Parts: sequence; C-alpha cells; structure tokens
Amino acid sequence: MLEVRHVSKTFDIGTVNETPVLKDVSFTLNDGDFVTVIGGNGAGKSTILNMIAGVYPIDSGEILLDGEDLTNKKEHERAKYIGRVFQDPMKGTAADMEIQENLAMANRRGKKRSLAWGITANEKAVFKEELSMLGLGLEKRMADKVGLLSGGQRQALTLLMASLQKPKLLLLDEHTAALDPKTAKKVLDITKEIIEKDHLTALMVTHNMKDAIQIGNRLIMMYEGKILFDIQGEEKKSLTVDDLLHKFEEASGDEFTNDNVLTKR
Amino acid sequence: MTGILFAMQGAISQGILWSIMSLGIYITFRLLAISDLSVDGTFAVGGCVMATLITLGITPLLATTIAIIGGAIGGLVTGLLHTKCHIPAILAGILTQLGVYSINLRLMGRSNLPLLKLNTIFKQIEAMVGLSQTNSSLIVGIIVVAIVIAIMYWFFGTEIGSAIRATGSNENMVRSLGVNTDSTKIIGFMIANALVALSGALVAQSQGYADVKQGIGAIVIGLASIIIGETMIRKQTNFAIRLCMIVLGSIIYRLIIAIVLQLGLNTDDLKLFSAILVALFLTAPQLIKTKKGGVHHA
Repeated sequence: MLEVRHVSKTFDIGTVNETPVLKDVSFTLNDGDFVTVIGGNGAGKSTILNMIAGVYPIDSGEILLDGEDLTNKKEHERAKYIGRVFQDPMKGTAADMEIQENLAMANRRGKKRSLAWGITANEKAVFKEELSMLGLGLEKRMADKVGLLSGGQRQALTLLMASLQKPKLLLLDEHTAALDPKTAKKVLDITKEIIEKDHLTALMVTHNMKDAIQIGNRLIMMYEGKILFDIQGEEKKSLTVDDLLHKFEEASGDEFTNDNVLTKR
Repeated sequence: MTGILFAMQGAISQGILWSIMSLGIYITFRLLAISDLSVDGTFAVGGCVMATLITLGITPLLATTIAIIGGAIGGLVTGLLHTKCHIPAILAGILTQLGVYSINLRLMGRSNLPLLKLNTIFKQIEAMVGLSQTNSSLIVGIIVVAIVIAIMYWFFGTEIGSAIRATGSNENMVRSLGVNTDSTKIIGFMIANALVALSGALVAQSQGYADVKQGIGAIVIGLASIIIGETMIRKQTNFAIRLCMIVLGSIIYRLIIAIVLQLGLNTDDLKLFSAILVALFLTAPQLIKTKKGGVHHA
C-alpha cells in the first residue's frame, strides 16, 4: 500500500541550525492498517507525515503509494490520494467560508475544477446526512461560516472533509492535541468510527501513549529520526504503557523522561 | 449651487467608473488576502493601451477589450513573479507597476494622449441615444458595473472561484484538498488586473485623455472605496450586496473629494488628503474593535 523507503530529511542544511530529522526511515503499510505513531518532541513523527503528504521535498529515498512513485509529486497532486487532519484546528478548514462550502471543496479532492457551480443541491443533501452522523448538530448550521465553530467542531468537520472522498491514506497529525480532554475523546471516537466505516488506511501521530496502545492495529515508535520499534497484531493487543516505556529504554538506551513529553493518561 | 450639483453628478459617474477598479482590488485584497500594487500600473495600462489603439483607428469597444487583456497580462506577470519566483507579493506588484510605466510610454510615444477629437464609447452612446456627456458616462458606468458584479457573483460561486476564495482563507487547506494554489493566485491576479485595466480605459475615455501617470495612487483610492463600503455591511452579508457596497463606497469617496475641492482644497494636496483619509479608514475598524473587546472583557 504505502511504501516508505530509506527516507532521510535534514532541515537547514549548511547552516548552524542544521537538524537531521529523519534518518533512513523505511516502513510499509498494508491495506487497512491503522497505525499509531508515537515519540517525543523532535522524533520526526510529524515530519514523516509531512514528507508523505509532500509538504517538503525529501533529501533521499522513495515514497510509493499503491506502486505509484509519489517522491517527486507536488503536495496538491498527492492530495488526490491522501486525506489530512492537522494539530491546529484552524488549519484544516477555511474560516471565511460556509460549512457546506468547505465540504464541497473537499468533495472535489483530486478532481479537475471547472466553471460548474461550486456546490450542488445533491451534495447538500449528502453533506447534511454525513454531518448528522457526527452528532454535533452541524447539519443544522450548514450555511454558517466555519469561523463560528469551536476547535472540536472544526476538527470533526476536517475529519469528515478528509474522508469524504475515501482517500487511500489518511494522515492524522496529533489532531486531538489542541482540544480539551472531553472534546479530544469525542473527536477520537469519530476518528475511529470513520476509519472503521470506510475501511481506511491511516497513520495517526499522537502524544498519548494510552491512545497509541488502545487504538489501531499497529504501533510505531520513533526516536531521533528513526523508527525504534514497530509492533502489531497480538503483541500490540497485549501491550501496556509500562511495556512501552521499558521497550523504549531498551531500544534507545535512553531514560524516558518528561522531556520526551509523552503522557501516560 | 448649480456648481456643486454638477460636481456631485460628475463625482457619482466618476465613482462608478472607478468602482470597477475597486471591485478588482477586492479580489486580491480581500478574497486572496494579498496586497497587489501592480494596480497603479495596470490602471494606466488600461488607459494607455485603449488610447493608443483608438488613435490607430480601432473601434473604442475593441480597444477597451484589448486594454482589459493588457491588464490581465500585467496580473499574470505579478502572479508569476509572486508564485513561481517566490518574490513577496508587494514587491512583485511594484516591479510590474514600474515595468509597465515604460511600456505605456513606448506604446503612446508620449506621456499624454488626448482623445478629444477621437471616438470613445461615451461619445458613441451620446450620439446614439442623445444624452449629455455626464449622463452617458453615468449610464455606461452603471451598465458595466452591473455586468461586472453579475459575472463576479457567478464566477466566485463556481468550483474554480470557490478555490480562489478558499486560497485567501486557508492556503494550506486548499493544497491539502488537491488544488494548485499557484494557479488560483495567478487567476485571481489576472481577473483583478483585467478589471483594473477596464476601469482605467473607461476613466480615460470619460476624461478625454490617457496619461502614463493616471494610475498613481489608484490602489489607495481602491482600498478607500472597499473600506468605506465595508463599514456599511455586516459579516454575513451576501456576496452580491457586498460588491454593490464597494461601488457605493467608491461613489462616497468621490463625493468626499468633490466636497473638499468645492470647499477650497488645493488639488495639489489631494493625494495627501487621500492618503490620510485611507489611513483613518483603515485605523477606525481596529479602534472600534478594541473598544468593543474592552467592553466584552469588562
């Protein structure tokens, strides 16, 4: 499905700020994998997502999706196959546009845009139904500007937008980190629901070890730009937070401190 | 008294012709959230290309159409400089503005080209319907503005138009939804400057001459019109009404200018007056916001 082969990335090459963020990272996702990615600050979690999405070019390596080489494709070209939700709730939606206009934009993901009307009556009916499934009452506010919504509502809407066109791959970059615990849980529940319903393949970056263990069928831990370990199947099901900490210390030779900013909650 | 009334009528018809430029600036300034300074250049492009072609014997309508294309090309240049060469938008606009000055001079062969003895759209209408000059420029202006607003209302509701609006609101999101934001910006720049050139061509025809300097300060006038117009609407106002208010803003701006001139302001001081006026109008909403914010926190 997704093949990441020997991907390396260094920011600010040739300057005093030169930082290697990804060092020869390789992994393969299978169809229907729901992978949680965990690691401390600077481990390269968000960077690997951005590299897959094409936000920045990679220094070396290859990225393939269903056999198609994406390495040299631009961000907007890859967007045809990839849905994304960001950490910042402001990032995934256009605040100055209506809820239904945002959805209509997302519904045209990867399609050539024409001079046809930007939103059809048919679409509005579909959006209404999809929105009502979020259980947030947004189906009654379709003509409201997105700027009027709360962070949690915006993330839920972004999730819907990212999955509306059934992407081959869904990238979630700490999409609940900026929300209060209650809202974060709600958005996480919606995430699980959508991924299950549409059988999506997803990569979800998280700071929360408990979430990383409970959610998905596979867990990748990153450390200093490398994949420290990759657990799946039965092994993942029986994993505990203590196991994870132990494994981390064993593999990295580093003590797990608060500096790594991982929450056990 | 009749002097003032005459000045008012002139101000209204000027306001309407200039409002087409404001509608263009609205596309870059508000919809794309980019300050495009090529406007000062492309406004003159409209007048100069049109005047050159009319002196060559081309019909006013065709000359104006080609002037519009000239403006669009100016917008294309700014757009390419900004998106493909990664030059900051403001500088890209200044480069275009500076460059077209020479092109305009070359085209006309001189800095000012009178159209007094030549045909213009307004003279054609005058002859056709038997109207006075001010009335014909008023009527032509209203018709053109109505067409421009109708087209803008339609276009910005289409898939491409929505993508342009979204680019101004959240560029990252638009890219993540598979839209090439370089293209949406370039299309926006082109349409905006095409309208600016149309306005320049019509203003030159109504004044009876084209001048390479006719665009100086145009951006400021456009912004003033937009801001005056926006003070009259609420956040959720319908797009078509929003555009109509910009036209009204442009007329009000011209009326203010006409009044201060009648009151004895020296025309040499007009640009300073405009600059101060726009600075005030740009500051006022901020002041009101802070004041309201204070009330909320209390």
